[in-house]
Amino acid sequence: MTAAPMVKAEAVHKRFGRLEVLRGIDLEVQPREVMCLIGPSGSGKSTFLRCINHLEKIDAGRLSVDGELVGYAQRGDKLYELPDGEVCRKRSEIGMVFQRFNLFPHMTALENVIEAPIHVKGEARSAAEQRGRQLLGRVGLADKVDCYPNQISGGQQQRVAIARALAMQPKLMLFDEPTSALDPELVGEVLDAMRALALDGMTMIVVTHEMGFAREVGDSLVFMDGGVIVEAGAPREVLAKPRHERTKSFLSKVL
Amino acid sequence: MSDVVDVSATAGSSQPTSPAGAVKAVPLRHPWRWIAAVIVLLVAAELIYTIVTAKTLRWDIVGRYLFQGLILNGVGLTIELTAIAMAIGVALGIVLAVMRLSPNPVVAGASWFYIWFFRGTPVLVQIFFWYNLNSLFPQGAGLDIPGTAIGFHLDTNTLVPPIVAVILGLGLNEAAYMAEIVRAGIISVEHGQTEAAQALGMRRLQVMRRIVLPQAMRVIIPPTGNETISMLKTSSLAFIAAVPELFTRSEQISSSNFDIIELLFVASIWYLFMTSLLTFGQYYVERYFARGAQRELPLTPLQRFRRMLFTFHAPPAAAAIAAASAVDQRGDGP
Repeated sequence: MTAAPMVKAEAVHKRFGRLEVLRGIDLEVQPREVMCLIGPSGSGKSTFLRCINHLEKIDAGRLSVDGELVGYAQRGDKLYELPDGEVCRKRSEIGMVFQRFNLFPHMTALENVIEAPIHVKGEARSAAEQRGRQLLGRVGLADKVDCYPNQISGGQQQRVAIARALAMQPKLMLFDEPTSALDPELVGEVLDAMRALALDGMTMIVVTHEMGFAREVGDSLVFMDGGVIVEAGAPREVLAKPRHERTKSFLSKVL
Repeated sequence: MSDVVDVSATAGSSQPTSPAGAVKAVPLRHPWRWIAAVIVLLVAAELIYTIVTAKTLRWDIVGRYLFQGLILNGVGLTIELTAIAMAIGVALGIVLAVMRLSPNPVVAGASWFYIWFFRGTPVLVQIFFWYNLNSLFPQGAGLDIPGTAIGFHLDTNTLVPPIVAVILGLGLNEAAYMAEIVRAGIISVEHGQTEAAQALGMRRLQVMRRIVLPQAMRVIIPPTGNETISMLKTSSLAFIAAVPELFTRSEQISSSNFDIIELLFVASIWYLFMTSLLTFGQYYVERYFARGAQRELPLTPLQRFRRMLFTFHAPPAAAAIAAASAVDQRGDGP
């Protein structure tokens, strides 16, 4: 593949006080690739995801999206943090879906979806609304356009959250355990929406515990533990015959 | 929809079985509640009777002054003072609250100091301070071009007339309280909301204005209504600066005709009327900001009243369904 990687991490370090959460993460995600991140809780997978759009600051290393550093500019051998406006511009190209949905409760589904296109990108309201309706239709919620988040189920809320992220026409989508807060019977509808997105060729990084999704939809699988990448490879191979002891013991518990 | 159908279905099916074999359940009687209620009503009636029939209290004088021009002017000025002081309080309070949450320690510290000072000294003292500003700056304030006679100069009493002194005293004091109320509202909004907005590329101020503050309003409104009601009454402190609001007016009139109690009644009736209106208005503002917080908006008093009439007149089966669907209504029975 000759295309430049969509995400490139080089020796990314992150600490919370004395606790070193990320101890040198190196990875590349190619355009149109779906990468699944798995690992025990506290392994740093969510933190790494949040570093990609600079919701967390990194302490050392380089993290770039589409060839551009996120949140920093490099001068010489140092990284300088960028001002709010620059960070926001970069973030608007990266969609993110959260474990707890984080829909804006005082806005209807459609208002949630069109908020950023209008107020960040400066799109006209009519155009944004038209596309918002389309996006909500695409995730199967054409009839919930005017509902407030607390009037719909968790699975529906998460699908609104996906539509909200897509409304910014991102180059990359980050999913932070998108189905972990859902009742088991609602997981499928969210995974279906994500599968459709993957088929459309979206570049995705998914922190998940859904091994079935990782096997079927993922192009690559990364197992993290203790702030480092223990093992990475094609999902079927890693899941079927893990090479490392840590991976084996983790998979034996979750599969 | 479906649960309403369920209710009617169970009501229908239980009907044939209940008269035959069911054992009737008698709720516990509460005789002491009745006795307590009677005692309270008796004491209240006695109190009202004593006041209303007091020979020294002349209701005709109360009636005559209630809509007198000077009193009505006073009511108008009270409303004005309250509105302006609250506007200053809310606007400055929001600024102070955001400053208090700033990562910059000097900015946060300045806000802390303001709140510490203005909340820590009596509002009466503050009004007096602004009223007597002339003693602190007898030279006044102005612009002069050095070496020439050109320039303009205003003495302090022109710059801060009594009404401005009162507004400053009330408004700046209120800002300290509002800052804490707004801050409580802001930190009550879940951090995930800020993160979601940031992830969409919204700037810090946009996140505050579009996402956090509208949600904080639900927490901010009730104490702000409380503060407004409190301000309406505190504005009577304008009396010490001889600003002719409601209380000053009633005092001025009673000092000339010695109908002291009657004019205090006039003032009290107006204060009660205005605070009642505010209480009513607050209900509707709260209802507006409850969007998305409750699945269904609470009924307005008018809707509640209509629902009640409807329930009483409805045929038994329909009444049962209506009562089941309006659970909240049963909650506030006596």
